[in-house]
Amino acid sequence: MSNDACTQIRTFITTKFPDVTFSDEEDIFALGFVNSLFAMELVMFIEKAFGTRIPNEELHLGNFRSVSLMADLVARQTSAAVG
Amino acid sequence: MTNVGVVGAGVMGTGVAQDLAQKGHTVVLVDNNPDALDAALGRIELECRMSRMLGGPEVDAAAVLASITVGTSLELLAETEVVIENITENWDLKSALYAQLDLVCKADTVFVANTSAIPITKIAALTSRPDKVMGVHFMNPVPMKPACEFIPGYHTSEQTKETVRALLESMGKKPIPVNDASGFVSNRVLMLTVNEAAFLVHEGVADAKTVDEVFRSCFGHPMGPLETADLIGVDTILYSVEVLYEQFNDSKYRPCPLLKKMTDAGLHGRKSGQGFYSYQSMG
Repeated sequence: MSNDACTQIRTFITTKFPDVTFSDEEDIFALGFVNSLFAMELVMFIEKAFGTRIPNEELHLGNFRSVSLMADLVARQTSAAVG
Repeated sequence: MTNVGVVGAGVMGTGVAQDLAQKGHTVVLVDNNPDALDAALGRIELECRMSRMLGGPEVDAAAVLASITVGTSLELLAETEVVIENITENWDLKSALYAQLDLVCKADTVFVANTSAIPITKIAALTSRPDKVMGVHFMNPVPMKPACEFIPGYHTSEQTKETVRALLESMGKKPIPVNDASGFVSNRVLMLTVNEAAFLVHEGVADAKTVDEVFRSCFGHPMGPLETADLIGVDTILYSVEVLYEQFNDSKYRPCPLLKKMTDAGLHGRKSGQGFYSYQSMG
């Protein structure tokens, strides 16, 4: 699930920013090519693509800084939904 | 706490309604399109949830939504103390609206025009209360912007200025007074900049991304002019440039044909999912 989530999230970002290279662990905000408006797009994408509603306490930039952190967030939400 | 009417549930009206509700005012949001009202409430909920993440305060989305009443009838504005108008930048639409507002609202209700380029004195002349009409040019996204242009018309009274100033200060906004002229200060400069940036793309001098890159990397601007156009709305940019052209009768305000084509094609920017850039995830 996590790998699949990583792939989907990475595809979403690279479609928007095809010229940028970054690893799954890199801080995409520190790299400077995304801004806070894109953070909102990321939230909307994740909620739509993975059919989840991210709770307020999880809505902070720390969870969206890298592809792997976003995939971890998705995994937490989907396991919470199953459990 | 003020009972405020907000007319127009587009990008600006939605932001104004959210900001007012966040600051403890009661809001009546009116639009003639029920779909726009549904979209506005969805947008406000998302923006409230995202507030802390975007560097703002923690906002209780349920409490904000509970402060906002929505509807399609202007009659809902009958008891409001201030009405903030945010409809499309089109003179015929504004003319019809202000005549109706003048009839349905109390005699002492203050009208605030959140227009991009139409002179406030001209709008005030549509009503029987030109002393109670004032211009405020809010910036987008409204809840995050700390200042706005504050534009009295020729007949605006001191009392009206004070009412509007107090409301703005309650919203945490610094009113910057400027005199009444089409486009005020901000849009006189910004709209021409965006229009010229669109000409660069139209003529093939550079693509949108390159134009914005020059402004970001060379000038240190947080956003380039065409990203800004997508945020404001490509259609709104076009209408504002057209108003400047009409008001000044000066060819330097001629609208770029690309803006016209994009507007006709529905490529209105972030709000439509496509402008100079793609925002398909926003749909």
